[in-house]
Amino acid sequence: MQIDIVQIVGLGLIATFLSLIVKEQKPTFAFLIVVFAGCAIFLYLVDQIYDIIRMIEKIAINANVNMVYVETILKIIGIAYIAEFGAQLTKDAGQGAIASKIELAGKILILVMAVPILTVIIETILGLIPSMS
Amino acid sequence: MGVDVNVIFQIAGVGIVVAFLHTILDQMGKKEYAQWVTLLGFIYILFMVATIVDDLFKKIKAVFLFQG
Repeated sequence: MQIDIVQIVGLGLIATFLSLIVKEQKPTFAFLIVVFAGCAIFLYLVDQIYDIIRMIEKIAINANVNMVYVETILKIIGIAYIAEFGAQLTKDAGQGAIASKIELAGKILILVMAVPILTVIIETILGLIPSMS
Repeated sequence: MGVDVNVIFQIAGVGIVVAFLHTILDQMGKKEYAQWVTLLGFIYILFMVATIVDDLFKKIKAVFLFQG
């Protein structure tokens, strides 16, 4: 399904406007409008992202890259997106401390995901170094 | 269109109506009722938003994390 950029920008503008109106009366409702708009925009985009990922996988299969690495990278992108989403929303709601904790959790989980790749890199580098004496 | 955009207007409308009712009930001197109206409106909106957040997380899991 083709999605117009105009629709997404319009959705964002409408959500911003409505949240400004409602914020004077009930700030929590305004926050929920913002959450909804964020989810809606991402759900518009998810089909396109799916196509891009299929393309990357196809290229990786053609290039004989180990699929484990591609999957790890995609998982890292997913974790980064979720963490960013939550952190920005909490920061908007005025809770900077919780936002930093969410970001910290995202970074640590990404590092854990990347451990196998890091191990392979270090082993490769060690293999390149000629053995001492 | 994956999502119903009307829900945004619905949320804003419920917010305005709830604020209106809250003010009127407050003026009538019924503070408890005003609080309950606010709470119920909030739960109703929270339900809608939680549904779509659940949808979003399921999609992210399916696309990026290769589960379900």
